Amino acid sequence: MNGSFLLTLIWAVPFLTALVSLPVDRDDHRRIKKISLAGNLINLLLVIGLTFAFISTSSEHPAAAGAKLSHFHFTGKTVWLQMLNIEYNIGVDAISVLMMLLTAIVIFCGVLASWNVEKQAKEFFVLLNVLVAGVYGVFISLDLFTFFVFYEIAVLPMYLLIGLWGTGRKEYSAMKLTLMLVAGSAFILAGILGLYFESGMNSFDLQKLAQATFSPEFQYWAFPLIFLGFGVLGAIFPFHTWSPDGHASAPTAVSMLHAGVLMKLGGYGCLRVGMYLLPEGANMWMSFFLVLVTINVLYGAFGAIKQTDLKYITAYSSVSHCGMVLFGFTALTFAGIKGGVLQMISHGLMTALFFCLIGMIYGRTHTRTVSEMGGLMKVMPFLSVAYVIVGLAGLGLPGLSGFVAEANVFVGAFANPAPLYRFCTVLAVLSIVVTAVYVLRAVNGLVNGPISDHYKTLTDASLIEKIPVTILLFCLFAMGILPGWIVELVNGAVHPIYNNLMR
Amino acid sequence: MADFILFNSYLILLFPLFSFAIIGLGHINSDNKFVAKFAIAMSSLSLGYALLTTLAYLSQPKHTLLAYDAAWLNFAPGLTANLGMYLDPISVMMLVVVTVISLLVNIYSVGYMKGDRSFNRFFALLALFSFSMLGLVTSGNILQMFVFWELVGVSSYSLIGFWYEKPSAVAASKKAFIVTRFADAFFLLGILLVSFYSQTFSFQELNSPSTALLLKDAGVLTLGTLLIFAGGWGKSAMFPLHVWLPDAMEGPTPVSSIIHSATMVVAGVYLTARMFPLFAASETTLFVIQCIGAFTALFAAVIAITQMDIKRILAFSTLSQLGYMIFSLGAAKVCADGGGHHGADVNPLGFSAAMYHVFTHAFFKCMLFLGAGAVIHAVHSNDILKMGGLKQLMPKTYWSLLAACLAIAGVFPLSGFWSKDAILLAALQSGHTVTFLVGLITGGLTAFYMFRFFFLIFHGEARSHLHHVHEDPWMTWPIVALTVPTIFAGLLEHSFVAQVLPPHLGETGHFAHPAWLPWLATLVAMTGIGCAWLLYGEGKTEKAAALQKAFGPVHTVVQNKFYVDEVYLFITHKIIFNCVAAPIKWFDRNVVDGTMNLCGWLLQVGGKGVRLVQNGELHLYLGATVVGLIVLLFLGK
Repeated sequence: MNGSFLLTLIWAVPFLTALVSLPVDRDDHRRIKKISLAGNLINLLLVIGLTFAFISTSSEHPAAAGAKLSHFHFTGKTVWLQMLNIEYNIGVDAISVLMMLLTAIVIFCGVLASWNVEKQAKEFFVLLNVLVAGVYGVFISLDLFTFFVFYEIAVLPMYLLIGLWGTGRKEYSAMKLTLMLVAGSAFILAGILGLYFESGMNSFDLQKLAQATFSPEFQYWAFPLIFLGFGVLGAIFPFHTWSPDGHASAPTAVSMLHAGVLMKLGGYGCLRVGMYLLPEGANMWMSFFLVLVTINVLYGAFGAIKQTDLKYITAYSSVSHCGMVLFGFTALTFAGIKGGVLQMISHGLMTALFFCLIGMIYGRTHTRTVSEMGGLMKVMPFLSVAYVIVGLAGLGLPGLSGFVAEANVFVGAFANPAPLYRFCTVLAVLSIVVTAVYVLRAVNGLVNGPISDHYKTLTDASLIEKIPVTILLFCLFAMGILPGWIVELVNGAVHPIYNNLMR
Repeated sequence: MADFILFNSYLILLFPLFSFAIIGLGHINSDNKFVAKFAIAMSSLSLGYALLTTLAYLSQPKHTLLAYDAAWLNFAPGLTANLGMYLDPISVMMLVVVTVISLLVNIYSVGYMKGDRSFNRFFALLALFSFSMLGLVTSGNILQMFVFWELVGVSSYSLIGFWYEKPSAVAASKKAFIVTRFADAFFLLGILLVSFYSQTFSFQELNSPSTALLLKDAGVLTLGTLLIFAGGWGKSAMFPLHVWLPDAMEGPTPVSSIIHSATMVVAGVYLTARMFPLFAASETTLFVIQCIGAFTALFAAVIAITQMDIKRILAFSTLSQLGYMIFSLGAAKVCADGGGHHGADVNPLGFSAAMYHVFTHAFFKCMLFLGAGAVIHAVHSNDILKMGGLKQLMPKTYWSLLAACLAIAGVFPLSGFWSKDAILLAALQSGHTVTFLVGLITGGLTAFYMFRFFFLIFHGEARSHLHHVHEDPWMTWPIVALTVPTIFAGLLEHSFVAQVLPPHLGETGHFAHPAWLPWLATLVAMTGIGCAWLLYGEGKTEKAAALQKAFGPVHTVVQNKFYVDEVYLFITHKIIFNCVAAPIKWFDRNVVDGTMNLCGWLLQVGGKGVRLVQNGELHLYLGATVVGLIVLLFLGK
């Protein structure tokens, strides 16, 4: 099969899934869910196929350390709007392939985890699939305009998904989330337009822009626009507050997808658009952003200690962990950037599992307050053990994915010898203690201790619930125990970005 | 043949890992008998292969070899962490110790955990621990060691909190994990620092003289080694990070025996020994190690005298013995009459002595814990005041524990005598008289508190109503088996001193062995035992109670462990939780998020303001247009 056709197919399948479920009778929830599951299963297989194809292609034509173009594979180009020079221009490097793989896994698990959504199931799954199509679109776009269009397709359905199917103060949360992200988008759009005109080529083509030389003055003002704009989605301090409220209000699958994949679009954009195209801007601004993301890492961790709601704990831990993604990027070293990418994958898997489990536990106990629970290990050993394991992944236990990512981030950050970097690295490393504190407080409050009487009759996970949990657990272990192939892939994709930064 | 065995030495680790996977994934609800048999079979295989490896290792000439090595995690071009099997005298010694004790504890646990509803989970976690510990001791590079270091930590965490419905056990497991994690953060920083300058993780390269020189030139040698040692500081529970170990006694007793006395807690000692050539390049580091070890040895021994909980006495005793090992390592290089060319000022006796004490202590302390477990099983209490008179009821345990107590007290010719003698000699030769005296006095205290423990449990009359006291054969035979190394490990003294040496430190130092030292040590030990006999020999507590009264507040302070735990509680809860975490939570909700809400509110208000004007009334629009026109006309002038 033609590579670029496969890429198009991957974002088209969720769209088609959404279209196919439109004519289905709105009360026939089972069929809608099945269609959605089937669509996402096909896509999961397609993405796995893509990954294998990518591995074999990239090993045939290894990206030379100095080359700037060869690391995108399966490229394809069609003119879209000729007068503005906008193209439908696609292609993938290792980072996008891995992010697509992450997306496929998370959404497949997410569909299974929302098997018991009963309220307006049709609209729910249609919106979910549209959103996913947007996410895939972002990862394959090599044209900044298309990129931006897909980005908006991915962000906007969130408003409805939270506002309609959420819990608690859902309208407020949905509004806050959408407004903050759209404000971020405005920055991004300004930045992209700047790139378009400043390059002197009137082009949105990422690969062409990467070769253009932008004046330092332009880079100086455009870089923070783009980095902050995407950073909002990556929960950069102080624009992270949409995350706790948004995640707490969102339904399970939406939390999974949002924290697992959408927040990664932020990091992905920072890297792909910000740092890749504006290397001098990155060098000028990184100390500033380093301080911000160090605050992220520590502040999120300390913030999580005193939270009582499971979703808020996870949301603040996401703030801390996503801070670690950007922390790796801001280190401006090879291992640091790679660590940031690995942390995106690791955090995606981990936090999807966190929200998946919280949803299942909440479905049984009808509370998310830690102090009201306890001793769940006795009645739901499967869910409890899974929660303990994902907690351990969160605190960076070797053998699980978190350690691989964090070790790279730390080694990378330490490799930057500037005193400020050293200082921030020390703080970031010490944050692993704080992480241990909030993770163990939650774990102990939830699964350990004596169980109260009205929870004694609760049941463990059903088969359909065990599938997503098992898949995600498997991925956490696989990445933690055998990180070799992922690291190799990411190495290939980081070289061009790193070389651009260092030139 | 030998090469083949050595190359496949990773099998020693894979047997327990397999056991963990099979029991944990497939047989968590199966028949207990099958699980017990399977676990014991796997640890026997692991022991068997460890012995084969030892023989193969001894049959070849190399001092250190990397029997197996494969790339695991690539960081940056030129910096890759491998997974390997590193064999040298200390790792081979630890392989034997861990597998022997693991097998015995597995057998013992069949009796101890009988009837527990989580019997199978226990054996799965025990296997996970054995795997992690074996991985730790055979690590070929520092990052691999950190990986297994964390894994033993998490096995320890899950076994301390094994009885998860018991709040005290859950709290203890959390405390153990967080305190050691705190130390591990510094360990990680140390790894980052050292690997950044040396561009390697491998022990062989880190221990080479050129790396020490490189780090010294960069000015980070002392800082780096101290940071790495911080990991051991927490894991081996040196003051003031010792607080987690006594609480860890909340776990089942077999766990305390294997993890919290014989193997995991010596990981800090092992780490120091593993990186000894690098540590030894900095005199400051060695001095700190020596001081902290000596202080902990004395500090913990003093507390042990006043404790009433059978397992906590042993826990403080473990702390004190770990202190011995640590200060012995610290005493290794520094030599009073040193000087001259490189190598002449090196005295590896402290190193060998520490490793020897790791070896002997593992067996007798493991046995003490297993014995304590048997007693607890019989009496259903941890309080030694509720025991007494168990000599007749548990004769096998009595005689075995007598051997262990004599050994730890350092009585000739049991194993503890030899290893302590070597340590005292090393301290004496280092020229630090204070350390030597601390070692000597602690020896006396050790003899005293161990026999206080022994007499109160076994002698005199029963102090509470006991029924159905019997010795379970599953539990008794491992205890009896441990008497063999406890009594006879002294025979290995010569081979330890001659062969268990750090790399690059050359030949055995030539040292004088003052003839008075063994006599003095024995005299001190006998004094300790004598005092214990006078106070508790008949299994009564009256005399001690009178003495206790005489000491008054001093006794209270010591019995409360010098209130170190209270200081921690104050720092964590009052300062970190209430003065950092809670304000951050408030700040985030009210200031950061408040600002965002304010922006939203301003937009809304602004929108409403604009709406007042855009109200669809034409005369207003017309008026505004006219006013605007006039203004423009004036401006145009």
